[in-house]
Amino acid sequence: MEGAPSPASGGYRRRDRSAYPPYDHPAYKSTGARHPKQALVPLGHTLSEVTGPGPALAEVMPEDADLTTNAGTGSEAMGERIIVTGQVLDEDGTPQPNTLVEVWQCNAAGRYVHEGDQHPAPLDPNFIGRGRSVTDEDGSYRFLTIKPGAYPWRNHPNAWRPAHIHFSLFGPALVTRLITQMYFPGDPLHELDPIMGSIPREHWHRLIGVYDHGITQEEWALGYRFDIVLRGPDATPFEAGGAGALA
Amino acid sequence: MPALRPQTPSQTVGPFFHYALTEEPVDRLDPDGQAGEPIVVLGTIRDGVGDLVADAMVEVWQADGGGRYRHPADGRAADVPSAFIGFGRVATSRDTGEFRITTVMPGTVPGRDGSVQAPHLNLQLFARGLLDHLHTRIYFDGVAANENDPVLASVPAERRHTLIAHRDGDEDGLPRYRFDVVLQGEDETVFFDA
Repeated sequence: MEGAPSPASGGYRRRDRSAYPPYDHPAYKSTGARHPKQALVPLGHTLSEVTGPGPALAEVMPEDADLTTNAGTGSEAMGERIIVTGQVLDEDGTPQPNTLVEVWQCNAAGRYVHEGDQHPAPLDPNFIGRGRSVTDEDGSYRFLTIKPGAYPWRNHPNAWRPAHIHFSLFGPALVTRLITQMYFPGDPLHELDPIMGSIPREHWHRLIGVYDHGITQEEWALGYRFDIVLRGPDATPFEAGGAGALA
Repeated sequence: MPALRPQTPSQTVGPFFHYALTEEPVDRLDPDGQAGEPIVVLGTIRDGVGDLVADAMVEVWQADGGGRYRHPADGRAADVPSAFIGFGRVATSRDTGEFRITTVMPGTVPGRDGSVQAPHLNLQLFARGLLDHLHTRIYFDGVAANENDPVLASVPAERRHTLIAHRDGDEDGLPRYRFDVVLQGEDETVFFDA
């Protein structure tokens, strides 16, 4: 078809569908009425897809990355203090600097600071459950927070979400946009969680932070490493809308 | 060639993102009024049983009135008015299910192989129940360039109407366009594998 996108001619690499969750995943009930039934239409990358807001979103305050104190109450959040750090890379291993990393999570008791969360677990007045960080020249980010609790949800009888931290990243282009979750190693709830189960088991390790004794700080906080890999640029340079062609 | 590192898989944004991602909605894209003709874009999101999705997040990314993206890959980015990032992020209302942004009508954007893309907003949709976000485009009814838009042309003719926003009145003295998203079923919105 004339004008039809041709995946081979540049832009960013395609999503790795073998490791991506499907839109339709009956074990996770909310997908039932929300998954498109028509096939996605392939879209070749143009200037609209290889640009994105990422580069313009790189301003945050250093204190935004400390979820134990960013409630601003003067008291610390309750719970098991942890450091979560890692590198944002692309598929070629190239560090992605100046990338906004946004995180949100429930508190140590398993409750979100959200009016929709009716789980009768205590709220912590010293914990707002959100943070932001921008990756440095090495692509690294770092958060100080508390370990989130597990919490029940109503997907199926006796359903509990494993402890997790939500991550949002933009990367350099619209098509590198990613929202994901970091889980914790050794959690028995992994096996029972349909959201983790939406991804083939051999890929679960990409979503599980690694306990790292080198990050752990004596008498202070346990350390976890969570590296994130965004889609990388295709080997073929993007020609039609590249900066040179448009300058 | 060295093996590629595997991409980190997507997971759902869940129902409780509001306080972190949309507590301060980015819903006025052109605060200085320099980037083009102002318009309001609003819409709803419906699921396969016709219910409004009132816990969704919508992100838009767009060019300015001159068709330029504020990004280093666009060689014309230096001409984009400084306050216009081109990015918006809002949640659907828990009361009405609507999302709403005040922005500008984008210009035409260069496409592949010398083609010209009609004015459009790029829209990404996140919600509980979406394990991966959805990607679509908002075009505008009555724009002549739609006839030659290569992306619209790549969509089956009977589904193209799902990508067109319609003028449905004025709001705050600005032309208002409605773009209702249907996640599943009859008149299901076209979503792209971008």
